[in-house]
Amino acid sequence: MSEPLVEMRDVHTGDDSLIELSDIEKHFGAVIALAGVSVAVYPGECHCLLGDNGAGKSTFIKTMSGVHKPTSGRILMGGRPVTFESPRDAMLAGIATVYQDLAMIPLMSVTRNFWMGREPTRGFGPFRYIDFRKANEVTMSRMAEMGIRLREPTQAVGTLSGGERQTVAIARAVYFGAKILILDEPTSALGVRQTSNVLATIDRVRKTGIGVVFITHNVRHAMAVGDRYTVLNRGATLGTAKRGEIQADELQDMMAGGQELAELEGSLGGTV
Amino acid sequence: MADERLKEMSTFRRAMIRPELGAICGTILVFVFFLLVAADTGMFSPEGAMNWGVVSAQFAIIAVGACLLMIAGEFDLSVGSMIGFAGIVIAIVSVQWGYPVWSGISLAFAIAVALGALNGWLVIKTGLPSFIVTLAFLYILRGLTIFLSIATTRKTIIGGVKDAAEGDWLAPLFGGKIFNGLFVWLADLGMIETFTRGRRAGEPIVDGVPMLMVWAVVLVIAGHWVLTRTRFGNWIYASGGDAQAARYTGVPVNRVKILMFMLTAFCAAVFATCQVMEFGSAAADRGLLKEFEAIICVVIGGALLTGGYGSVVGAALGALIFGVVQQGLFFTGVESSLFRVFLGLILLLAVILNTYIRRMITGER
Repeated sequence: MSEPLVEMRDVHTGDDSLIELSDIEKHFGAVIALAGVSVAVYPGECHCLLGDNGAGKSTFIKTMSGVHKPTSGRILMGGRPVTFESPRDAMLAGIATVYQDLAMIPLMSVTRNFWMGREPTRGFGPFRYIDFRKANEVTMSRMAEMGIRLREPTQAVGTLSGGERQTVAIARAVYFGAKILILDEPTSALGVRQTSNVLATIDRVRKTGIGVVFITHNVRHAMAVGDRYTVLNRGATLGTAKRGEIQADELQDMMAGGQELAELEGSLGGTV
Repeated sequence: MADERLKEMSTFRRAMIRPELGAICGTILVFVFFLLVAADTGMFSPEGAMNWGVVSAQFAIIAVGACLLMIAGEFDLSVGSMIGFAGIVIAIVSVQWGYPVWSGISLAFAIAVALGALNGWLVIKTGLPSFIVTLAFLYILRGLTIFLSIATTRKTIIGGVKDAAEGDWLAPLFGGKIFNGLFVWLADLGMIETFTRGRRAGEPIVDGVPMLMVWAVVLVIAGHWVLTRTRFGNWIYASGGDAQAARYTGVPVNRVKILMFMLTAFCAAVFATCQVMEFGSAAADRGLLKEFEAIICVVIGGALLTGGYGSVVGAALGALIFGVVQQGLFFTGVESSLFRVFLGLILLLAVILNTYIRRMITGER
């Protein structure tokens, strides 16, 4: 893990945002999953989206990545309103999503996973074949940049650790020109060391100017890399805070809705 | 971040550890076994080899379709019924109705591929396991085959296709033989025995390579190339490995799966046409149990039943093992009922070995 950032990043205002979602609502029949969520993502920042289970984090990122269409609300990219009909639309607009369990196919090689759906080909017409030499070279060098030394590009993803799999997925998104990278709980199933590796990867990606949306319910992970924090509770945003303006326990309180957790924490000796 | 706990593998070991390894070992084992016990029975003479070669080629044709479909994450249990159905369609059109044989073959292929697409479409649309959907078609098609055959000819076996196919331009593509000249030449050199009596006296006993074998080789090579070398092959792996993850990266999973159902149906039609041309007849009970035999070949070949992993070459070796064992027991005069015992044992051994190999490759635990 890199040193905690001491200097404050400038807080962005105005419309240099990569994407701005305002008052997003999403209803599934009688269930109101999102009741007015507003988030903006700026280039080169890591925007942490915090919330307890059921707060609406998943619904929100699915709206952002084109899986769901919002019931109401506005999505602006570069100041223009956009609508996504499908995940593919969002991908073309530069929004890449790395899902927690669905990032990779373990039975397939790292190269095959890396290029899945966008394989480079050579040859003509029906005799087109995958340019494995190029595919392997790019995969190896990209993974090396992310700090993962592969034994060989034909190694199955199943032989990688959870953190490494997330990193392959992140490297893939970056290589294919993502401007906004959404990470759905990338650290929730990982051990300590793997978590710090993923957090370091997030830091590296952010420095290339990509806006990272980091979904988590672990305040410590969020504090480690976040530039700004938005807390979701019961389908609505409780507000966005800048790094340094808010303490970990405040975030924790906001996520849980305060009261009950305070009592629980008391009985557990303040360790939650 | 390289994991120091991963042992370095030697190049040799790495080259050995591949999905087909189980099938390669099985093939060697089976050949060694029969070379030891059946060397003097004529099993490895040209006509003996042609005998098990043809049987293996039959298995290989349907195994290629079943293999790619299984890697794409689905099953087709209607293959056997499709074979019977396609054969009866050819016979009814060409013998009963008197249309040219090529039109019967074309119609059989068109119907089979359309039924394959229907299978796939139903699996995708209903979200039901393909096991159930194609099991339904196993019964539907077998029933229809018997019904159509009886309704049009009052028989379940329709003969006379050989006469009808005389001079047809498409039939030789399935029933013909190639390299006849080569075999005559080999016979002249005395390397192949010739008939000594009868109408064909002087002709070589083995007079050419049947198109059935050519189809098998072409399908295996094409299937292997598509699966391992092309973009579509990558999508086949991805569709079976994790359909949702594949969709998220933009792989057209539904299209891939439906196309693979169409391929198995196509392979079944190739099998049926070759068989009809060879026997000169179609029968409503042809292809019985072929779906399971195809699946056995594929599984011996190292494919994972749940999809996402497998090898066409492995499936072809599975077909070879199957053919050699089936015909080899016949050559050695072993009680034929023991064939199934042997087959079951091979299947079990192959699957255990393959599971072990696969874990080494993919890191499954």
